Amino acid sequence: MTAPAIQAREVSKVYRRFVHRNQFKTLKSALLTRSLLSDLRPDQTFTALDGVSFEVAKGSTFGVIGENGSGKSTLLKLVAGITKPTLGSLAVVGRVSALIELGAGFHPEISGRENVAINAIMLGLTRREVEERFSAIVAFAELEPFIDAPVKTYSSGMYMRLGFAVAIHVDPDVLLIDEVLAVGDEAFTRKCLDKIAEFHRRGKTILFVSHTLGLVERMCDEVLWLRQGKVADRGDARRVVDAYLTYVAGGEEALLRAAHGQTTGAPRGESGTTAGYRAGRWGGREVEIVAVRLLDGKGRERHVFVPGEDLTLALSVRAVHPVEDFVFGVGLFSAEGVQVYGTNTDIEDFRPVRLAGEGEVRLTLEGLRLVEGTYLVDVAAHKRDGTPYDYHQGLYSLRVKSRTKDVGLYRPLHRWSFAGGIAFAPPAPREELDLGEDDGG
Amino acid sequence: MIVAIKNLFRYRALIQSLVSRELKARYRGSILGFLWSFVNPLLLLLTYTVVFTMILPVRHSARMEPYFLFFFCGILPWTWFSSSLAEASSVLISGGNLIKKVLFPAEVLPTVSVLANLAHFFLGLPILLAFLAFAGRLEPSVLLLPLPVLVQLVLTLGCALFISALTVHFRDIQNILAHLLHLWFFASPVLYDFTAMPDVLRAVLRLNPMTHVVISYQEILFHGHFDHARGLAAALLAGLLAFAVGGFIFDRLRDTLPEEV
Repeated sequence: MTAPAIQAREVSKVYRRFVHRNQFKTLKSALLTRSLLSDLRPDQTFTALDGVSFEVAKGSTFGVIGENGSGKSTLLKLVAGITKPTLGSLAVVGRVSALIELGAGFHPEISGRENVAINAIMLGLTRREVEERFSAIVAFAELEPFIDAPVKTYSSGMYMRLGFAVAIHVDPDVLLIDEVLAVGDEAFTRKCLDKIAEFHRRGKTILFVSHTLGLVERMCDEVLWLRQGKVADRGDARRVVDAYLTYVAGGEEALLRAAHGQTTGAPRGESGTTAGYRAGRWGGREVEIVAVRLLDGKGRERHVFVPGEDLTLALSVRAVHPVEDFVFGVGLFSAEGVQVYGTNTDIEDFRPVRLAGEGEVRLTLEGLRLVEGTYLVDVAAHKRDGTPYDYHQGLYSLRVKSRTKDVGLYRPLHRWSFAGGIAFAPPAPREELDLGEDDGG
Repeated sequence: MIVAIKNLFRYRALIQSLVSRELKARYRGSILGFLWSFVNPLLLLLTYTVVFTMILPVRHSARMEPYFLFFFCGILPWTWFSSSLAEASSVLISGGNLIKKVLFPAEVLPTVSVLANLAHFFLGLPILLAFLAFAGRLEPSVLLLPLPVLVQLVLTLGCALFISALTVHFRDIQNILAHLLHLWFFASPVLYDFTAMPDVLRAVLRLNPMTHVVISYQEILFHGHFDHARGLAAALLAGLLAFAVGGFIFDRLRDTLPEEV
């Protein structure tokens, strides 16, 4: 058991709002009554963090998730030392580098070269260290041909790359990352992830704030879930992410149920789930999807499945008036919002004749071919021209659990075979997952 | 105060590179580039010379002849002082990104404003010295020049810290400051001869530390002697006081800065 790299005890952060600030009057009265300092007291406060305690073990990767405004960024700023906790104590061991705002402090008029030097010094390097690492920084950012051009001529991607390169080469003991991996193209994102993984291997501590739940789940040893400034849950990454997803889906449903009758469920910020994929419900409700159940091969309702099992989606539908133009559709998405599969009755040539009263639609995916992870389900009833009756986007989630740590999304039915001089030890016996009684949480 | 000085010393590498960035960035993209540092004071000098010798011809006492040279000795350090404060008033707000997003010692920013303007002052100095030499007025007293520079540096830094931190909370200062500096300019004997003022006015002007700084420059550079040591010492005390107060206020407001900018 090593000493924690970050230790927060009952940390609270109260932001102050100055409502009465009525500029000139305040300054004048402040000067006149010589109450300058006492006048700087707030009228209203906003508690961004409320009694948050956690420890991050040295060398671990720690994720922070939560909706917007839940206090994630405040937490990161506190750990970075940019602001101080109002109450409680926060101790961080070692040099901290924060990937909060990449390239903050770049001056547009001067060259990338000079900006790198200044930025690195700002982040705590000495001149000598900057010289030593300069070429590595530029190489990492892939900006060799442009390094002497003024930064204002850079594209935003180049800007971010340079910012990331500098921050990562500060070689901190504790690295803070705030949703910055969304920058750059695929290749660069992968490079950043590799670099972060390398940090992890070298025993550095990483604090990771993200809405990309799949990434959090994959990278983090432990996850803290913040809800309105308080710790909602903390612990094993998969479990907490799952709890969060369930909460988000449930919250959305409740909200939407309350707003029943509304024709459009406008996306509400990113309160949904993950980057690029938002939970919501909309449609005219002439045909309503009343309930959606996920069933296993034996018809029991479940949320956690193992690969190879049958998964049945059961949609209870109800038509207000009989309709003759209807399509049922289902979409399956990864937690990052990548569509794994999508189909509907129209694509598969079911020609609608009549829908009246209540009914149930079942779609069975035989032998689920997915790797471990959290998946989101879209279900919809709409007209053939696409006009929605009732569209549920990302409101349902399921987990696939597997002993095999294969990666990707899709697991084809596969088999290894070897011939010639290749020898493997027989596979270690392992207990199969039995989720028969699992409620899925 | 000692903490403030220590902090500034600790971040000297950062300050140094930010000052050089400031200097480089200022004229980047202009045709004359660095030459502007020389051209600027010359143009300023030309403007005032035209105004006070042709448009508003004032009779100057013999003590102030040649007038443009007398004026130059005062306006150069004054420009350093006033531009530093004007920049300091906005520097924390425009550099808000740094304070909010990077662990960054905020006092570095006003310090950089002061030092960058000091650099411009130094770049203008050779022109002034060349004019003085040309007019045959370059006396050994010029060796004392570091004294008023040092006093002014302390004073300017103190005021800059004070103003920069307060402006974050009271944006009004940015507007008031321009007028205040104007008034301050006329309350410092840059355009006129201090000794020629009536007694009452002199008593008032003495309360202004910049008066003593400007007089010191004029004596050392223009008159070729230095008798104003006591006045300069008083200005130094005022400067130290300003630095202590500015540092204190800045420290008190430091934690509120990231939230307010």
